[in-house]
Amino acid sequence: MDLTLSPEYTAFRDHVAKLLEENAHLAPGPEDKGLKHPKRLAWQKFLIGEGLTARAIPTEYGGYGAEPDILKSRIIAEEFARSGVPRPLAGQGISMLVPTLLELGTPEQKEKYIRPTLYGEMIWCQGYSEPGAGSDLASLQTKAVEDGDEYVINGQKIWTSTARQADMIFCLVRTDPEAKKHHGITYILFPMNTPGIEVRPLVDMTGSANFNEVFFTDVRVPKSGVVFEPNKGWQVANATLTHERGMLGDPNATKARFVELVELMKRETVNGERLIDNPLLRDRLMALQAEVYAMQANGLRTMTSRLKKESAGLAGLVVKLQGCELNHQIAGLAIDALGELGVLYGDGEHLRSDGSWQWRYMYDLGLIIGGGTAQIQKNIIAERGLDMPREPKLAVRA
Amino acid sequence: MEFGLSEDQTLLQETVRRFVAEQAPLDLIRKIAEGNADAKQTITTGMDELGLNGVVIPEELGGAGLGMLDAVLVQECLGYGIVPSGFLANVVASSTLSRVDTGLVQDIAAGEARFGIALNDLVSRRDGAGLSAESGELSGTSMMALSAEDATHLLVCDGEGKLHVCAPQDHQILLTIDRTRVFAELKLSKAKSHVSVTDGKGALARACLLLAADSLGVSQAMLDKAVEYAKERKQFGRVIGSFQAVKHLCAEMAAKIEPCRAFIWHAAHALDMDEDEASVMAFLAKAHMSDVATFVARTSTEVHGGMGFTDLVGLHYWFKRVGVNRQLLGSPAQLRQMAAVAQGLVAA
Ligand SMILES: Cc1cc2nc3c(=O)[nH]c(=O)nc-3n(C[C@H](O)[C@H](O)[C@H](O)COP(=O)(O)OP(=O)(O)OC[C@H]3O[C@@H](n4cnc5c(N)ncnc54)[C@H](O)[C@@H]3O)c2cc1C
Repeated sequence: MDLTLSPEYTAFRDHVAKLLEENAHLAPGPEDKGLKHPKRLAWQKFLIGEGLTARAIPTEYGGYGAEPDILKSRIIAEEFARSGVPRPLAGQGISMLVPTLLELGTPEQKEKYIRPTLYGEMIWCQGYSEPGAGSDLASLQTKAVEDGDEYVINGQKIWTSTARQADMIFCLVRTDPEAKKHHGITYILFPMNTPGIEVRPLVDMTGSANFNEVFFTDVRVPKSGVVFEPNKGWQVANATLTHERGMLGDPNATKARFVELVELMKRETVNGERLIDNPLLRDRLMALQAEVYAMQANGLRTMTSRLKKESAGLAGLVVKLQGCELNHQIAGLAIDALGELGVLYGDGEHLRSDGSWQWRYMYDLGLIIGGGTAQIQKNIIAERGLDMPREPKLAVRA
Repeated sequence: MEFGLSEDQTLLQETVRRFVAEQAPLDLIRKIAEGNADAKQTITTGMDELGLNGVVIPEELGGAGLGMLDAVLVQECLGYGIVPSGFLANVVASSTLSRVDTGLVQDIAAGEARFGIALNDLVSRRDGAGLSAESGELSGTSMMALSAEDATHLLVCDGEGKLHVCAPQDHQILLTIDRTRVFAELKLSKAKSHVSVTDGKGALARACLLLAADSLGVSQAMLDKAVEYAKERKQFGRVIGSFQAVKHLCAEMAAKIEPCRAFIWHAAHALDMDEDEASVMAFLAKAHMSDVATFVARTSTEVHGGMGFTDLVGLHYWFKRVGVNRQLLGSPAQLRQMAAVAQGLVAA
């Protein structure tokens, strides 16, 4: 264990802090909505150019091309949290597809997709879940039949986040209906404007339509979109799922929310008393702070394992379960602290933080379910982490 | 001794349950959430026909002559079907006024007077909320008033904890996560106080208990929906209800909900008997039920998987009712503090 900062790192911290401070005016504001808003893309470009994101991704694919460095990553994350400037773009393309392609993509795929994805110019959606295949993802039925250089796809996906805005989809399809369910699946990339794709928005509990149903009718896509090999999609999907769980349990995002909550409790009052002066609320806040510290340290630990190409073991398996729960609890405390003002939603003069605490409370519950439910996470922790006997008949992922 | 409902009470509950199931289906609730006034009127009319506003009003004043126990049974059914209604406000107003202004109470029973109530400031004041009474006139603002939007009269609480009846003046609708119900910020300026009573805490206790009963009904509905869904939805070639993880989630919800039911009946009985502990029980019932309901709302959603998070099955309407009930008239922590004060364990 060595967390002391050598002069090189102290200098790096000063450098990052100064960069963020001096360029904060370039950052997009809450009014710059839209995934491809020019300000958002310009900010991302600036951050990549300075090595503040996509840092360890090779320059040939549009990254900054630095050596992976756990301390520098941590310093960058901390400086983002401290300065409060918008964090780099994150999304299913950047956080899930890019690492998967780096690991398993063909040279052409890496060449073609990584750069525009990193720069926010190419938006992706994840076509995994189907009406009959949620937790039991491997039972998916969307069919792809070979026809010369193409596959012809028929079927339906559901809960597909950002499908309407997406340029591309990374999708799981069944290519061998005869094989056992984990063995006949292919992981394939294709454009969302391919004829035969219909997207229908699904309204969720937050009131917005973050996700969609996606219908495929005789959709013809080139075979060159296959990642890794046909019928080996399950391995590829598992690589991606690992990254999704990592993204959903990002301790730095959690830390940023916690800092916002502290500010809220310092600012707001009830019955003339500051919220932070209320011992009950403060106790809950401090209990959550302990968990935030724990998740951050756990993040450093798993990051170290990754760099050494070792398994993080239990420390890695618990991240999604703990991280999503913690986010939900942070939002829950914010709402309790705001009391009757905490349930306001929409607009109005008494609304706080734009209603974002309510939005997060609901959306974070969604994320406890999405990307492998809490119950499935617990099964994984018990079976893979604790080596306990498998559930009867539970077809655990390969 | 016998702890349980009378035959009449069971019958009352069945009647209201049937009314809710038949007259207030989710489709209608969705329309109300979209602001459809006719849809809301259907409920008001139906409840008037059943004479529900007069439940706690003495028979000689045109009511049913029943008590809080009966009122919480009705409220539980309304919560079960997430029915928006003026029931809670009318019950609190009529029980507060029954010995003070019999004419007004008669009007409530007849459906001619409809009350809005504003008691939130007794517990929680933010953004400058608070009403003051000076020489019989009320001024100031009050947050999260219930049923004020189409009230003929208001029952409001001033800074000293005294209750007043006044005519509606200006109000501002407060948009919350729960769009099935309307909450308002009252803005009063020299509103004439017609009747004034000292019993602010008593009214608060009744309102809290009714909200607890409401959350009990909501929780029961969410449990029932989870169980039903778990028996139908299949993954890994079997119904998800056959997974112990899912069964335990459902059993945990049931284990938390069931004792609340008895607690709420008991607390209502205590209010009817005017027992010393009555308000302590009511505050604690609301606080505890809110925590249980928060757990149930989240857990039932989880059992539904992605489906629970969408608008498709409408489960979120129940989820949001729990969310608002929790913060209305005091958060669990605030009410537990009031309970400690009410029994003299600690100074106010
Ligand atoms: C906010 C959000 C965003 C999402 N985004 C995407 C996306 O972009 N792309 C995509 O493909 N999908 C997405 N999903 C779908 C998500 O992956 C699924 O919802 C999730 O895997 C659960 O599947 P399900 O909804 O079918 O629930 P089900 O699998 O039907 O689960 C219902 C309940 O049964 C339990 N259960 C099921 N099997 C077991 C078992 N073996 N043991 C114990 N309990 C079990 C579950 O834990 C849950 O409580 C998203 C979901 C949400 C909520």
